[in-house]
Amino acid sequence: MVAQNGAERFTGGRIDVTDKEEVDRIRRQRRRRATWGRIALYTIAIIAALMAAGPFIWSAITSFKVDPDLYTKANNPFIYNLPPTLEHWRFLLNDTQFLTFAWNTLWVGFFVVSITLFVGLPAAYALARLDMKWSGPLGIAIFFVYLIPPTLLFIPMTRVVGNFSLLNNTWSLVLIYPTITIPVSVWLLTGFLKGIPKDVEEQALVDGYSRLSAFVRVVIPLAFPGIVAVIVFAFTLTAHEFIYALAFISSTPEKTISIGVPTELIRGDVFFWQSLQAAVVFVALPIALVFNLLLGRFIAGFTMGAVKG
Amino acid sequence: MTPVHRADGVGTAAPEKVTRGPEPTPRPQLPKRTFADNEGVLAKLFLLPTVLGIIGLVAFPFILAIVFSFSDVTTGNPSLDFVGFRQWSTILGSRVFWTAFRNTITFTVISMALIIVIAHILANVLVRDFKGKWLVRFCVLLPWTTPVALAAVSWLWLLNSIFSPIDWVLRWFGLIEANMYYLGRPVLAMGSIIAVHVWRIVPVATVIIMAGHMAIPGEINDAAEIDGAGFWRKLREITIPLTIPISAVAVLFGAILTFADMTVVFILTRGGPTQATQVLSSWAFFKGIEGGDLAQGAAVALFLFPLLLAAAIAILRAVRRSEVM
Amino acid sequence: MAHVVEVRGLKKHFEKGDVQAVDGVDIATREGEYLVLLGPSGCGKTTLLRMIAGLEEPTEGEILIGGNVVNGLPPRARGIAMVFQSYALYPHKTVLDNITFPLKATMSDRDARREKATWAADLLGIGELLGRKPRHLSGGERQRVALARALVRDPSVFLLDEPLSNLDAKLRTSARDELKGFQERLGTTTIYVTHDQVEAMGLGDRIVVILNGKVRQIGPPQEVYSNPADTFVATFIGSPPMNLIDRGDHLLGFRPENFLPLEAMSSHGDNLLEVDVQVHRIEYLSGDRHVYATTSGLGPDDAHIIARIPATVNVAVNENGSQRFAVHEKDLRFFDGETGVVTEPRQVRT
Repeated sequence: MVAQNGAERFTGGRIDVTDKEEVDRIRRQRRRRATWGRIALYTIAIIAALMAAGPFIWSAITSFKVDPDLYTKANNPFIYNLPPTLEHWRFLLNDTQFLTFAWNTLWVGFFVVSITLFVGLPAAYALARLDMKWSGPLGIAIFFVYLIPPTLLFIPMTRVVGNFSLLNNTWSLVLIYPTITIPVSVWLLTGFLKGIPKDVEEQALVDGYSRLSAFVRVVIPLAFPGIVAVIVFAFTLTAHEFIYALAFISSTPEKTISIGVPTELIRGDVFFWQSLQAAVVFVALPIALVFNLLLGRFIAGFTMGAVKG
Repeated sequence: MTPVHRADGVGTAAPEKVTRGPEPTPRPQLPKRTFADNEGVLAKLFLLPTVLGIIGLVAFPFILAIVFSFSDVTTGNPSLDFVGFRQWSTILGSRVFWTAFRNTITFTVISMALIIVIAHILANVLVRDFKGKWLVRFCVLLPWTTPVALAAVSWLWLLNSIFSPIDWVLRWFGLIEANMYYLGRPVLAMGSIIAVHVWRIVPVATVIIMAGHMAIPGEINDAAEIDGAGFWRKLREITIPLTIPISAVAVLFGAILTFADMTVVFILTRGGPTQATQVLSSWAFFKGIEGGDLAQGAAVALFLFPLLLAAAIAILRAVRRSEVM
Repeated sequence: MAHVVEVRGLKKHFEKGDVQAVDGVDIATREGEYLVLLGPSGCGKTTLLRMIAGLEEPTEGEILIGGNVVNGLPPRARGIAMVFQSYALYPHKTVLDNITFPLKATMSDRDARREKATWAADLLGIGELLGRKPRHLSGGERQRVALARALVRDPSVFLLDEPLSNLDAKLRTSARDELKGFQERLGTTTIYVTHDQVEAMGLGDRIVVILNGKVRQIGPPQEVYSNPADTFVATFIGSPPMNLIDRGDHLLGFRPENFLPLEAMSSHGDNLLEVDVQVHRIEYLSGDRHVYATTSGLGPDDAHIIARIPATVNVAVNENGSQRFAVHEKDLRFFDGETGVVTEPRQVRT
């Protein structure tokens, strides 16, 4: 049987395997297509990598450029037309509060992620395992809270924070950011926990542990990929958050990176461009490295969470 | 039991009679039924902090926002005097408001369309094996790692009307003569905002869709191979339909991120040129915090909720309907 | 049409984990034959099947279908159809769409496709299920859909990867029967992978016993059962496994059903090997009696033996008693003490 359409291109029909010429032709064609496929793959990969990383490459280069080099329209932005300098990095790290901002972001992130896990894991467990009548609707309600974004609540929220006397205090972020991270984390974790088979837990119950004990000793270790996904996601949300921080905090030492860099390194009309780019690189690289290490686990956690959620 | 001489040399012997072992296992004490076992109590306990947090820090401010929108509260005058629908009619009559409303929706829809297509292509590429995959993955993830504000500041220079490196490259290739004024011309400014959104959200969407790809059992792809489906048919008829639920999740997340974001607009254009790129959330900020009119700001921001809710319900319903596994 | 499948010197090495999954395999099927690849998990049988299918490329060696080398050809061009262990039905498509899917590559007429799919479905008795989705089907129904999908391709070779292992035990026997009848009617060359020796014995025209990527024996079920090529085949096939007694430099083997109480042996007195055994335990299984015993009369050490006495033999056997059993010399097998390979018969009587 020859291919139905008889044309040059083999489209998946039957061929006569005993026809040697036909077989050879298909084999050649397949090799050719595989090669073109490979070329397309690499092309897309390279273009994507360049477009995604391009701005960062530019940032890294620029952070070492001297002013005359940078502020000349005709100069190639990707090479050093004049010798590079460490001046702007020095400025960033010594003469601004950048390190304070970074430190603030870190410890706020730490506390927010901890609170998220401490509050969110049990909640997710309750929704996934301890089946009560109101579990379903409550789960949906919690998720829908995620649909009330900070850009909606920031005005009344400022008043609430004021009532806690936390205005202009970094701790206000520790208090409020969980409202952003917990709903989505609960949703992810619930889905993830539903995917864990019950028998290991039940074994623990039979072996004499209470529900609470089984949860702590058995479920939490098993939920590790989901927990990693939540940690990554929650930290990202915290570090990126802008409007609450902008609305609550005005004095420099209390600021996080997200608002500190744009507001402090831009004084009126003066932009400290090179230092700004140094800040971008400083923040992006370590986070990117950590992300890449955790990506496998993150995908595992997210798949389970999203597919079953 | 016979001694089994396997080719790999493993043998078994007959079991001897086994006694209870060196020390008999102690019988456990019958535990009292404590709260740690009572599932109803545990469930409530586990959920209490979340529920309290939500009521106190989300529901309450939400209601407060609604209250604000019916009052005349400003930063100068913090007392809440009821003024009926005055704020609402002002807003609905404002030209800027309607621009912001339109922009919020168009930016989100166009961004999401681009994001989903690009993310699907990239996910397809990144699930395969090739040299340098780690590096490409690293690069593709980078936009997501920086706080939005910082990335937006970088883009401020990249789109600068005089020094833009993008323009420099385009001029170097001979494609343009003068600079493009990305942030100065209304249409280009809108395009720039969309581009930045797409640039920063594609990583997250790609990762989510990659997860969806990996969830498809390998045997189904094999079966499709054998059944005569080439690359395009496999993609159209197998991969894409089976990743619809998770693509929907990616769309939802991305839409929320774009829709509710004010940072990009705030830093790149501050809503300009002449309010052409204003969105609801940035307008609410300018009116409410910078302008001091808290009531109007709250009212503008409230428009975000019904739109998001409608989108979420539509997407989640689509997901339910396409659940197959 | 049925094609002959041949593999020559086939090897497959996986870099991940540095595994030599298939280590030099030579097999040639006959036209229309039902060939079973049998072996324990991880022996390489599935890898071998996948290479024949074209889902993996061999590291070395050639695969021939219909007399032509098909290395490098995509699966869809090889004229094969495959049924996977999980059936791999497209979960988002109806049964009808699942079956017509492979036809889309060759038939452009929608009605013709539908007609062919309906024919296949009716042949397999699932004509009523065409509108359903896989998740609403039972295991047996899913298997038939997978078969129908394979059938419509008019393949010249059927490849099946443990398609019965996901079914309940009860269903498995009837499914086995149907599968064999199905293949006999079609006459297509079939290669079937399984780890279950009962299935292999029941289905195969010939069985290929595989261990660690190498073929241990190829032959019809009777042959492989009665004359195993080495100790692995001897103990892997047959339940309970062949008794193997260590006698220093060689092993003596005989099947449990050939080892009976002396009174039950038909009188070929001169050709019997008699031995006293100490009976430990008797199990009653499906009418047969499985006798677990030890003996010291066959080798240097005490040996554990199993005898399978059929229901038709009424000789009394006492637990915890001593009794004389015997086995025909012609039923004795000898294996090399080191390699386990079968050797020439020797004298055993003491």
